[in-house]
Amino acid sequence: MRTRAVVANTFREAIRDKVLYNLVFFALLVMGVSVVLGKMTLGERLKIIQDVSLAGMSVFGLLIAIFVGIGLVHKEIQRRTIYILLAKPISRRRFIVGKYLGLMLVIGLNMAVMTVALLALLALFSPTGIPWGSLVAVVLILVELMVVTAVAVLFSTFSTPTLSAMLTLGVWVIGRFSSDLIRLAARSESPALRGLVALVHALLPNLEKFDVKHLVVYGMTIEPSYVAGALLYGLLYIAFLLGLACVIFERRDFK
Amino acid sequence: MTAVIRTAGLTKVFVSDWKRTRTTAVDRLDLEVGAGEIFGFLGPNGAGKTTTLKLLLGLLRPSGGSAEILGEDPRGLAHRDRLGYLPENPYFYDYLTGREFLDFCGRLCGLAGSVRRERIGRLLALVGVEEAADLRLRRYSKGMLQRIGLAQALVNDPQLLILDEPQSGLDPAGRKQVRDLILELRRQGRTILFSSHILADAEMICDRVGIMSRGRLVASGRLDELLRARVRGVEFQAEGLAAPARDALRGRAAIFLEEGSRVQFTLPGDETQVPEVLALIAAGGGRLLALAPQRETLEDVFLREVQAR
Repeated sequence: MRTRAVVANTFREAIRDKVLYNLVFFALLVMGVSVVLGKMTLGERLKIIQDVSLAGMSVFGLLIAIFVGIGLVHKEIQRRTIYILLAKPISRRRFIVGKYLGLMLVIGLNMAVMTVALLALLALFSPTGIPWGSLVAVVLILVELMVVTAVAVLFSTFSTPTLSAMLTLGVWVIGRFSSDLIRLAARSESPALRGLVALVHALLPNLEKFDVKHLVVYGMTIEPSYVAGALLYGLLYIAFLLGLACVIFERRDFK
Repeated sequence: MTAVIRTAGLTKVFVSDWKRTRTTAVDRLDLEVGAGEIFGFLGPNGAGKTTTLKLLLGLLRPSGGSAEILGEDPRGLAHRDRLGYLPENPYFYDYLTGREFLDFCGRLCGLAGSVRRERIGRLLALVGVEEAADLRLRRYSKGMLQRIGLAQALVNDPQLLILDEPQSGLDPAGRKQVRDLILELRRQGRTILFSSHILADAEMICDRVGIMSRGRLVASGRLDELLRARVRGVEFQAEGLAAPARDALRGRAAIFLEEGSRVQFTLPGDETQVPEVLALIAAGGGRLLALAPQRETLEDVFLREVQAR
């Protein structure tokens, strides 16, 4: 119940913040634009709608994950509400997990709204019925956002919001382009650089696993085993990140 | 006296990340607060009061020494059901209403819904923000925030209350209300540790005080003993004094007033001089009308102890 109180409060804070509505509005706007774009490209309409909408969900979800995520813990410290919270009989671990779950609830709701919009568009413009493969892409985007949020929460337990935002964005970029980085490094003469890239690749989350947009757009089937593997990878990674965040937060001084 | 708070050699050193400077905010503090008392923790700004309170709450880790609160390690959770805390200049979630905020605090304390509803209604009335209960906190004045802060500290019906500057931001009427509330809470058997730099408030309600300066506890004890310990001067009133005796006393007095045959004078020093002065008055043919030792106020003690260091 104590963790649930933190979850509910985090959710309520985000819901009462107008920024969130702006982001959702823009995401829906992007989806609308995809319809217009689709009109201009004959025969490719469905692909364009799926491609642009899924990319929009991914980007706006990422914005929420990073910009709300980095502030989750820091705002409580800055506004000194953390003193009241941590003097209550709730452990710091529960506080972190509660904060994380609260934001995930917000992102989940947000994704649900966008998914409904996407399905409506697909129902309208697809002559052969809704291509349900899109939903697989949506689920994997959600898992990616869960990982990115956990990264943001981890950074926000020990650094400033600006630095956390940059670091989280950095992790996302590297995670999204890790195979490109490996390919580039393979051409390098320097074994040190190759080693460094391999290490970074091993440590940072491989977010490419969650990007199946291109497969969905071209109507290819995605193996259930692949989806299960990606889910497992995502959940383990989140557990690792939150565990680390808890360890750091437990040891922190609140001046 | 069973102690609900006990520290031994408690020390906190802040090391800045970049400059590598070390600041000792709390320096080998030995403190004991007994069950059922009001303990005033006094000191100028920057003396280390808030740091000490945060060490007691487990918000900071000590650099040395030890602290025990309600028989537990401050960083544990076991005692927190019995503890209430009001931070300095509290600032709350401004998107919540007063009632929602107290409900959130009640949930954090693991209180059941029916208990929360009953208690929150009572607390809102107790601190006098009933009418504003359903307004968002961003519309609250500083004094109202201070009151809602007190209410949240009481939401779990705690045995021990730690209040950091509970009277800051309040007008005189509000300060009196908080004073009365603290006295009422003690009457209910609770222990209250509060920090303040408003000495007059502390003087009115504390059983014991500790005075901190630059991280060290420079004086502590029962308020009446601290104040009784020192007499600044003795004031006399007499009449019918002969001129030589008058002159002798005028030479020693800090203040000397004459009105006809009456004199009123204050001699610096403590009460040991009284017999000698009485003899002088008698020898000068005078008659003693009044005698009053002038005790130090808490402010005198405070300024002396703080400035001595």
